[in-house]
Parts: sequence; structure tokens; C-alpha cells
Amino acid sequence: MYIEQYKDIVSHCEARNKTLARYFLNHEIDLGDQTEAEILQQMERNLEVMEQAVALGLEGVKSFSGLTGGDAKRMHEYMTKVSPLGDSRYFEAAQNAVAINEVNASMGIICATPTAGSSGIVPGVLIAFRDRLGLSRRAQIDFLITSGGSGIVIGNHASLSGAAGGCQAEVGSASAMAAAALVEAAGGTPSESGHALAIALKNLLGLTCDPVATLVEVPCIKRNAIGAVNAIVAAEMALAGVKSRIPVDEVILAMGSIGRMMPVALRETALGGLAQTPTARKIDRLLKEQGTVDESDF
Amino acid sequence: MPIFQSLFDIIGPVMVGPSSSHTAGAVRIGLAARSIFGEHPEEVNITLYGSFAHTYKGHGTDLALIAGLLGFSTESVEIKKAYEVAAKRGMKVQLYTSDELTEHPNTVTLCMRKGERALCVTGISTGGGMIDITDIDGFDVHVSCDEPVVLVFHQDRPGLIAAVSSVLAKEDVNISQMEVSRKERGEIALMLLATDIEIPERAMRAIEAIPDIGPIVYLSALKRDADALESQLEG
Repeated sequence: MYIEQYKDIVSHCEARNKTLARYFLNHEIDLGDQTEAEILQQMERNLEVMEQAVALGLEGVKSFSGLTGGDAKRMHEYMTKVSPLGDSRYFEAAQNAVAINEVNASMGIICATPTAGSSGIVPGVLIAFRDRLGLSRRAQIDFLITSGGSGIVIGNHASLSGAAGGCQAEVGSASAMAAAALVEAAGGTPSESGHALAIALKNLLGLTCDPVATLVEVPCIKRNAIGAVNAIVAAEMALAGVKSRIPVDEVILAMGSIGRMMPVALRETALGGLAQTPTARKIDRLLKEQGTVDESDF
Repeated sequence: MPIFQSLFDIIGPVMVGPSSSHTAGAVRIGLAARSIFGEHPEEVNITLYGSFAHTYKGHGTDLALIAGLLGFSTESVEIKKAYEVAAKRGMKVQLYTSDELTEHPNTVTLCMRKGERALCVTGISTGGGMIDITDIDGFDVHVSCDEPVVLVFHQDRPGLIAAVSSVLAKEDVNISQMEVSRKERGEIALMLLATDIEIPERAMRAIEAIPDIGPIVYLSALKRDADALESQLEG
């Protein structure tokens, strides 16, 4: 599977009437490190970490630098007291994704999915949709397995690292992984998961990694919100029968290729983009002088 | 060889935020340094280089290193209080940053002291919580802490390496990697043996009994997953 293309995995599953989750789980068993029961147990522990991070983030946390925090709480209050303009599940997914990434920035415990900076997207979508889709605990674990397997394919053909491929490799990949898993959780076919993955990834191609003061905060946290919402749109489009004109494996390779063309200044070094705006430079200077910043500094 | 093989390379590790390299990796370097020193240090001088020196505050790299040096769990609340806990447990911490260029941007040197005994360890954080200990008291080494390692300080003389490896062979412990480092010919040398499985206690005693063998340090593999690391520390 590690060098197989996504389309081959899709055909394999469709020919045998197998889910992507079953396929990816079988491959994990074949690695020989853990039994099926142990794999499922470890994945459930990861899910519990994700749930705890969402709950903590919604209560309101502050980042270690003082630069960010409290936005998930704001979004939660808005959603419960004011009600969002759009469908509340979209906003809930965004809120969950922000919550997890705020916990990450506060030095809380998170599960990297696939990285710490993009850890909110997959669980953010899962937790927002599990009741609506009536997902059993096992189906929620399968959601993570399909996300993880899709991430393996993306990582081995392109990249999952901001330093290597920009934010498209982190938030883009996480969004694509969540889109494929959401399609499967909603009863879509493996082929539709492939289209959802392609659509989600295409929408975020070219996204640079330009973190203010090199911290995993600005713009990372808010990009987790857009990654989550993008995953849902892509999944719904695929479920509606929309197909990606560019095949999924070509989209993945294009992401890798764009990453390699991306200047170093836009790959996690904080030497360009948002990280070099006047405000970002001021934040960087204040952090070096004071160690932390707060609202009054902006 | 594909980079990613397991689902848990993608969904995991469970770790303390915000950065796998600047926080989770730093905890592991601290833990490794403490294990190499072998006891609770009274005083620690931390020198940060490169990206560690520039961004440690926002990533809590200093807290993570101290947490590791204290040998406690990677739970977030605990890590945030690392300075207070260090003060309470009588560990004096001095933090320095250096402009000196290092080969790797995420480099730190931890100099530990207890009474007359002192030891310096340099480590780098290579990403995803992975680390490499590159220097122990001036000896060039490579210790990832992903597998068990035994460090043997010994007199630099013929036959000692064979004597140590034959003890392990008798115990059916396979050596996966071996390095020997010395500062001067005939002086003290450091032998580093990484093994596939944990080394039994009696093999350690047998190595210690070999003439001209100095202190031995045994390092168990350090898990990368915060949960696993924690249970390992409790156990």
C-alpha cells in the first residue's frame, strides 16, 4: 500500500466490496507489530485524546506565547447563543478544529493528525458529524483509520511537512484525509472518497507555511477551521456525484511538486509572507524582549 | 523505502504541543540526559543553539527540557510548572542562548552537576519527536533512544570491545549498531552498543566485571508517544 496509488486501492476495495477502512486496517495488521484488537485499542486512545482536547479548547485556553487563545470558546458561544448563518455542523467542525489547535498552542496534549499544526481538522470534522451520521464507536475509529491510510498515501507520494511542502502539505493533507473519511462515514463509495480527497486537496494547493514568529499559532489555528470546512464541502460534492477532473493521484503528485518549487522563505522558516508583515515583525520582537505578548500589545 | 508505513505515523503520536520538534523532542532530550547522568542533578546549565535559541520561549522548549531533566510525565500542566518543580526539588537551572553556528538548527547542550560529579550532553531534535544525542562529555556519539543502548566508558586498549560483545552474544542479545569514540589514544574511550532487545541485568553485571571497564550507563528505549512515555516513567 505504501507505494500503491490511491486509485489502485479504490479499485481493489470496489472489486471486493470492501471499505477503505478495512483495507487500511488489514495493512496495519500485516505490518506485524500489533494485533487487530491492539490497533483498534490504540486508535481509540487517540480518539479519546482528541475528544479531551476539543472539550478543553471549548472551555477557553491561552497559548503559551500569549498570542492566541479563546477563539474556540468565542465560536462556541456564538453558535449556542446567536446561531450561525450557515449549517451549524460546518461551524461546529470549524470550532472543534480551532479548539484542538488552541490546546496545542497552550502546551496541552494533542494527537498529531498528521502533524501538530494540523491536528484539529480530522477530529474536528469527525466529532461534529458523528451524531448526525449515527456513528458507533467502531465507526468513529474507522473514520480515523481511513484518514490515516489516506495520509500514508499522500505522505509517501508528496509530503506531510510544512518545512518540505508548505501548509498545503499539512492543512491541505489533513483536509483531504478528513474528506475521504467523511464520505465513507456517510455511506459513499471508495471512488467517491477518492474524488473528495482530490477536491479537498486541490482547493488548498499552494498554501504557504508562513508562521508568525515561527510559532504554531498564526495563521495555523484559523487554517484548521478552513481545512475542516473545506473537507466537508469536498465530501458533500463527491457524495453529490461531482468528480475531480484531475485524478486523485495526479493531484497528490501536483501537491508534492508545488512544495518542491516553493521558496524556502515560505516553508516554515518565517522569512516571508504573513511572518514578515510589520505586525508579525513587531510580535516577533516583543516575544524576544518580553517572552510573551498579550492583547494590549496589539 | 516509503517514509510512512503505519497508521500511527499519521494518526499520532499523542504529544504535548505545540511542536513535535521544539517541545516533544525537547522532553525526550531532557529525559535522555537525565538517564545518562543517572541521578537527579543539583544544577543544570542549559545552552540553546539555532532555532532552539530563537524560538524556545513560544514553544516552551526550556520547560520541556527541564521537565525531561526532572524525569516527570509529559502531562501539560506539569510541564508548564517545570521551573517551580525544579526549584522545589532542589535543581538549580541556568539558561543560556548561543549564536554559535551548529550543524543542526535544533541543538541543545545540557551540563549537569551533582556534588563533584559533572557531565555534559548535547542533543538535537530532528522532527516528529525524534532525537539524536550527539555528544556525551566530548565523545561523539549517536543515540536516538528509539532502541536500548548501553554506554560503556573504558580504557582504550585492545580486546575490550570483543570482551563486551561476547558477553552480549552469550545472552543472545543482538547488537544493531556499535560506535567507539575516544579523545586520545590509550586514554578513556566510550563504547556505544545499540541492541534489538532490552539487555538483561546479569549481562550488565558481567560487562562491569571486565577489567578496565569504567562506568556503564544503560538507556532503555524512550517511547515517542506521550501516553506510552508516561506509563514507562510511572512503571
